[in-house]
Amino acid sequence: MSTELLVAETSTSALLTGDAASSRRSRRRPGGAPQTAGGRIRLAIRHVVMYAAALIFMIPLIYAFFSALKPNGEMFSMPPSLFGSEIKWSNFAEVFEYGPFWTYIGNSLLVAVLGTLVVLVVSTTAGYAFGRLRWKGRDLVFVAFLATLMVPAEVLVIPMFQVMQWFQWVNTYQALILPFAFGAFGTFLMRQFFRGIPFELEEAARVDGAGPVRTFLRIILPLSKSAVAVLAVFTFLSFWNSYLWPLIVTVDYDTLGTLPIGLATFSGLTGTRWDLQMAAAIISMIPTTLLVIILQKHLVKGIAMAGLGGR
Amino acid sequence: MTAIPATRRRGSLTKAEGRQALGFASPALVGLALFTVVPVVLSIVMSFFDWPTFGDRAFNGGANYARLFANGEFAEALRNTLVFTILYVPVSIVLSLLLALGLGPRIRGRGALRVLYFIPVVTPMVANVLVWKMLLQPQGLFNGLAQTWFGVQLPNFLADPAWAMIMVVVMSVWQGLGYNMLIFSAALEQLPEAVIEAARIDGARGLRMTWSVVVPMISPSIFFATIMTMITSLQVFVQPQLLTGGGPGTATQPLVMWIYNQGFKFQDLGLAAAGAWILFALIIIVTGVQFAAQKKWVHYEH
Repeated sequence: MSTELLVAETSTSALLTGDAASSRRSRRRPGGAPQTAGGRIRLAIRHVVMYAAALIFMIPLIYAFFSALKPNGEMFSMPPSLFGSEIKWSNFAEVFEYGPFWTYIGNSLLVAVLGTLVVLVVSTTAGYAFGRLRWKGRDLVFVAFLATLMVPAEVLVIPMFQVMQWFQWVNTYQALILPFAFGAFGTFLMRQFFRGIPFELEEAARVDGAGPVRTFLRIILPLSKSAVAVLAVFTFLSFWNSYLWPLIVTVDYDTLGTLPIGLATFSGLTGTRWDLQMAAAIISMIPTTLLVIILQKHLVKGIAMAGLGGR
Repeated sequence: MTAIPATRRRGSLTKAEGRQALGFASPALVGLALFTVVPVVLSIVMSFFDWPTFGDRAFNGGANYARLFANGEFAEALRNTLVFTILYVPVSIVLSLLLALGLGPRIRGRGALRVLYFIPVVTPMVANVLVWKMLLQPQGLFNGLAQTWFGVQLPNFLADPAWAMIMVVVMSVWQGLGYNMLIFSAALEQLPEAVIEAARIDGARGLRMTWSVVVPMISPSIFFATIMTMITSLQVFVQPQLLTGGGPGTATQPLVMWIYNQGFKFQDLGLAAAGAWILFALIIIVTGVQFAAQKKWVHYEH
């Protein structure tokens, strides 16, 4: 694996907000707008196909949403219908009476926020040491660092559980937060970004007498807001959605369960209450969906940075 | 990439910088040692021991590895994982590539459409699985519509061994589609326009342009997406765990679920660790084969 895989590529930030990018593009590229009648028809057909595909793709979520509003008895009525005999918004409230749902949400929030903070601190400081400072053995240590990316989490969870037992951390918050907060990926991402910052900026500060700590805090970090934001979003999402590790390391799901665990136990508890299960599923989708809509530009930037390694 | 010139900053300054670098890097190094290096070493050790969750441990040579294959269930889990990967990866890559190509610059509202495809990627997988479980019930939407509209009784998707695996694949494709689509979209946006223009002047249009010019040019991204998708699909766990419970019987139980069950249901951590190493070996081999094969179809601009 090359250590120069990632290039901080920011030109794709307008990707998701297609309109601005496409108008710029069509001005640059001749033939951006179809000239002939045949071209216009083909473009219209393409629109129909793409929107039909999107609708088909969304059917599960749309149907789930409407199912969450049905009385439970009409969940599987024949023929299937979007609406039940009444619209029961109360299902959404009942979810919170049925299980400790606020606890699950609170736990997920706590674990994801603290986990993200740890990852950000560790990744930016280590990224700075590997990307901007000169020290003996740096590149060797970095390669060893990267090699740990190859080990899948599934190999780690078995011994990690044993380590948690030795620490007597089973069924604690620190066990939910710390073990997977030190992965090499964040450091790798930040290092790559830091290396793209012109060295002259740092040199000037050094000449003025600022040490590494000051240049890191005053120059490098402020210039890296977008990369930090990207890492924060992806880390938050991965903590928020993680399932296997919380399933293993927590025992008392009623007090320490995170949202995915809560949702899974909830579906076991409620058994046949599909209306509540759908309402719970929809509720758990809201925060992440909002996050994606609000942070769409950063997300794409993150994928361009982290995902385009092969280029 | 900016390299630090070798002549810059020498001597005592470098030494001071080295000490400070150690300070900056130490949280990461300590954390990684504690939570990755120690577990990896421990895992190798465990795989050679009888290692119950509680109670006495005993070295047993390579007995765990021998036990893996004496018991048919591990081989079946291995097969299920491979079947899932072989079905999932091509479908997922082709569909997301088609979507990325389709959502080209001339489609209005493509930004919103892309967000839409990305929603299941970030939604808790448990929620996605719950939704699909409801749809796939014998009285659920799919069978309901088939009966109402066509009078056809669909199979009981989650109770039939063959269909259960197909539905795990279908659900996984649906939830993961948006990620690769965005990777391909980002690659498509960065195509050098001069090359496209040259191909257009040479008469390349439509499908031919797509297949002979565009796809080869984004082949590094396709390669990367294929590798990552394959690695994650060899590690599949949540979808079968919650959609089918690995069933009916053990028809959809993949390796990670087998590892989880051995370790945390049957409390046999040594056997589970041995199974995890076989999975790791499998991932390394598959990835290695892909890297070896890339020369044949991946085009880099050098």
